[in-house]
Amino acid sequence: MNRNHLREGSITVFIHLLLILLTLFMLLPFIWMLSTSFKLPQDVFGFPPTLFSKDSTLIHYKFLIEEQNLLLIVWNTFFVAFTSTALSLFFTSLGGFGFAKYNFPGKEPLFAFLLATMVVPFAVTMVPSFILMRYFKWVNTFWALIVPGAANAFGIFFMRQYIASINNELLDAARIDGATEFAIYRRIILPIITPALTSLGLIFFMASWNNYLWPLIILKTPAKFTIPLAIASFGGAVGLTNYPGQMAMSVISIIPLLIIFLLFQRRFVEGVMAGAVKT
Amino acid sequence: MESIERTTTRPPKTFARRKQAVLRQARRSRWAYVFISPFYILFTIFGLGPLLFSIYLSLTEWKGVGPLEFAGLENYARLVQDTVFWQSMRNGVILFFLYVPIMLLLALVLAVILNSGRVRGYRIFRTIVFMPFITNMVAAGFAFRILFTQQYGLINIGLGWLGLPAVPWLESVWGARVSLSVLIIWAWLGYNMVIMMAGLETIPRELTEAALVDGATPRQAFFHITIPLMKPVILFTAVTSTIGSFGLFAEVASLTQGGPINATITPLIRIYDVAFGGLRFGYASALAYTYFAIIFLLTIMQVRFARERD
Repeated sequence: MNRNHLREGSITVFIHLLLILLTLFMLLPFIWMLSTSFKLPQDVFGFPPTLFSKDSTLIHYKFLIEEQNLLLIVWNTFFVAFTSTALSLFFTSLGGFGFAKYNFPGKEPLFAFLLATMVVPFAVTMVPSFILMRYFKWVNTFWALIVPGAANAFGIFFMRQYIASINNELLDAARIDGATEFAIYRRIILPIITPALTSLGLIFFMASWNNYLWPLIILKTPAKFTIPLAIASFGGAVGLTNYPGQMAMSVISIIPLLIIFLLFQRRFVEGVMAGAVKT
Repeated sequence: MESIERTTTRPPKTFARRKQAVLRQARRSRWAYVFISPFYILFTIFGLGPLLFSIYLSLTEWKGVGPLEFAGLENYARLVQDTVFWQSMRNGVILFFLYVPIMLLLALVLAVILNSGRVRGYRIFRTIVFMPFITNMVAAGFAFRILFTQQYGLINIGLGWLGLPAVPWLESVWGARVSLSVLIIWAWLGYNMVIMMAGLETIPRELTEAALVDGATPRQAFFHITIPLMKPVILFTAVTSTIGSFGLFAEVASLTQGGPINATITPLIRIYDVAFGGLRFGYASALAYTYFAIIFLLTIMQVRFARERD
């Protein structure tokens, strides 16, 4: 009994030590990012290191607003993320509804094809897609960031699962009342699937907000930049990088998502889990 | 609904009604095609079109302007000798072994701990571990670069306090790989933990509890009950991590720029460099298809390997 107690005790100590260490590890980059964004350039690598020195300053945030077009960059990022999320949610819920609630010739092969498209890595479409965008004259426009990915295969799969659980009698009742098929989607399906729309919408929004590679290929002028591009544009040769400015931009990139995440944490995690359950 | 119709209508009418119902259903299903069409239209234009064009492109030389010069299999022949590309594939494998086992084990252990209900305040912990997942990797990569700086970077100062020598994290081959692995574990631990937690919820708790009552140690229960039952979930996270380590881009671009001497370059970075740095679109397409074929085979092998071990 006593030995058992001892073992229990040491396990509890081990667990808490592990959790505390990991918490520190997880928070350290955020803390250092914030701390650096308030430092004068010469203090970034000061010795001994300080968290918040008495020379703390907001000049870097001011610099971002006055010299770096911060508001425009945030607006660009928001506009692209919001529009692509809205469009994706419309197409994926509509597609999910089509697959979940109708029987039609070719349904199985069409769905299998849809799932198969998910294995194609971005590396393969990156180059030819860019050439296509150039042909469309969509380089350096937001169209290239919004339209090509608007009907996402995973999203349709996700929505189909969710909509399949809705009772058919509800739809039949509406049909007897003379509702058109689109009205059924609009008035019955959409209100019921709000939780799924939230989960998926959060994932889409986050993916667009944080996307780096495709915007890097498409966007050429700083006035069109999204936040990740703006952060990267601070990068220069060693010693030339404006680290505090870059970290200030990084802090600004994280805060909106963090607020959304904290508000909708449950839905967010559900969306991530559902993404894994698919296999 | 149907059963009511069947009992109240007389036989002659039933056939007509049935026919009507079938027609109605057919008309209705026409709407389904409309509903699912956006995906197929968009995919044909923006997915299939580029994919097919890219096969042709991989057989040509093209600088992005002017005529395409047909080159046959020349690009594929050149690719065999492309040391940077093969280095990038090797880096993907090395990175996989550097961070995947540690990350998945840690994620599983954390998931078991949090699921056991032993820990108070576990929601706060889950939130904190999940925070890096919502962070963009450009910001994170540069923040880690500041932390890993050789002179007066916080990590090396910390090592100094412990009496250890400074490590050239970003300036040495293995230092850079380890730094990158630390960033990836930081970024993806929460995601994998959440997935493992979802997996654990499908395992009946009585199973491990019964083993503990029968005298098994928690460690035995973990290795002999939890891990075997969690195999599909572990496999899923392993496969996603494999694909992920070959497809790293923003993390590498911000933290190490692929260096030093290509020690952290990934296939995706190589393809990007060839296409948009060197303007060799044909060759980049050949690299991309080869890369696709290899990771496809790797994924299949991984799944097979896991099944055979049963």
